[in-house]
Amino acid sequence: MKLELKDTPGQLLGALKPISDIGGNIITIIHQRDPTSTANTLTVDVVLELPEKKLDTLIQILRDRGCGVIRIGKERLLQKQTLIMIGHLMHTDLTDTVDQIDQTGYAEVSELHMVMPAINEPSTAKMTIRAVSPEDMQRAVALLHSVSRRKNILVLEPLEGVE
Amino acid sequence: MRIAIIGFGAVGQGLARVLAADDHGFSVTAIADSKSAVIAPEGLDPDTVLAFKRETGLCGTAGLAASDILASGAFDILVETSPTNANGGEPATSIIRSALSAGKHVVTSNKGPIACAFQALQETADQSGAHLMYEATVAGAVPIVNALRSGLAGNSVRSLHGILNGTCNYILTRMRDEGLTYSQALQEARDLGYAEADPTYDVQGIDTAIKLVILANTILGMNVDLADVEINGIDLITAESLTLAEDQGATIRLIGEILPEKNQVRVSPRLIPLDHPLVVDGTLNAISVCCDLAGPVTFIGKGAGPIPTASAILADLILIRNCHGRGA
Repeated sequence: MKLELKDTPGQLLGALKPISDIGGNIITIIHQRDPTSTANTLTVDVVLELPEKKLDTLIQILRDRGCGVIRIGKERLLQKQTLIMIGHLMHTDLTDTVDQIDQTGYAEVSELHMVMPAINEPSTAKMTIRAVSPEDMQRAVALLHSVSRRKNILVLEPLEGVE
Repeated sequence: MRIAIIGFGAVGQGLARVLAADDHGFSVTAIADSKSAVIAPEGLDPDTVLAFKRETGLCGTAGLAASDILASGAFDILVETSPTNANGGEPATSIIRSALSAGKHVVTSNKGPIACAFQALQETADQSGAHLMYEATVAGAVPIVNALRSGLAGNSVRSLHGILNGTCNYILTRMRDEGLTYSQALQEARDLGYAEADPTYDVQGIDTAIKLVILANTILGMNVDLADVEINGIDLITAESLTLAEDQGATIRLIGEILPEKNQVRVSPRLIPLDHPLVVDGTLNAISVCCDLAGPVTFIGKGAGPIPTASAILADLILIRNCHGRGA
């Protein structure tokens, strides 16, 4: 997220403390004074991890403290797993298969690489799923299995679990 | 101690060759195949019986059968090496039960009776003070049963992952190494004698599932049957899937998995990093167990073949003699 702070001592600490207070984890902080800015402010980019559903609370606390929240970046989906699917992927509505994961709200398909050797032959795809937490990844993979069973698609999971 | 061998196919004959080659202190007093039997309380020469089998297709007198050996009582340990019938395990289950009831120890390489009727057979053994051992039913020469029972005694097994079917492993190895299609690799496995004429049990994962049921029920304290195992085989694997796996530094192997805490048993082709200890080539078997005290332990070895299987049977025979021996 990008924050706008008053350029006075103690402001940065005041903006970061609420993040740890609600159980968040700060990954990187970049702050730069903009020499062209006439206002007495500076902007700070913070990359952070937050427990689920805490973002709104954090924004409210920061605003109450007088920090402007200029922009909220995309939530990072920290868990990643690559699976292989074998079957008649196009003929069984690939869009629907992907949508089932994307519509969960906790996971999404971030990459798909498909090989189709011949019209009536089964095709093979490598699919990467990203999810918010390991538990969400398990739920997403279980959902993919259940959709695939209905469509006669074989899903190959990695042995090592979540990367 | 005196041994009777029931089942004189590849495994039974392999055991006879091993016993003939070295003096392990056992005397073979009876042998039966599906059509004949020979009983000699004073001891047989395994080489002579092997030669007779080669010449006539029989191991002894036509008309004599396993039941005659059981009735004779001329043995201390029954070695049961007939082919697996995964559907109830008969007639081997009845033969084993009958021997155990009579107080005879039993060593078997037959998965059917252990997968289908272990609990009942073990109770019969306990009542009569006999011992039932089955190291050869899982992973051939790899001593996984006795390792989990003795070598890792006291450990809780958190997970078990294994490559337990050499035919599937051979097919997947050849598909990766040579870019063969599934049907080409299967045909090659048949030509080399690794796959049966009807390879369904192997390639659809049923053989692996039966072995998992044996380990789950007899060692890991679970209570599952074949219907509880989620099974996917390798018959749908495409050449493209191996290429896509390779692109990310992985390959595909048929993995049997037991997670005792989740009561989960499943067989499925999985993506597995190329440098993982379970990635073994050809017809090898590999089993990795993760234990609470010992951590991860991996076993690799020959999973099939008459002599590796005879190795497992011999180990059970020697364990019985050393630990529980009665008679000479």
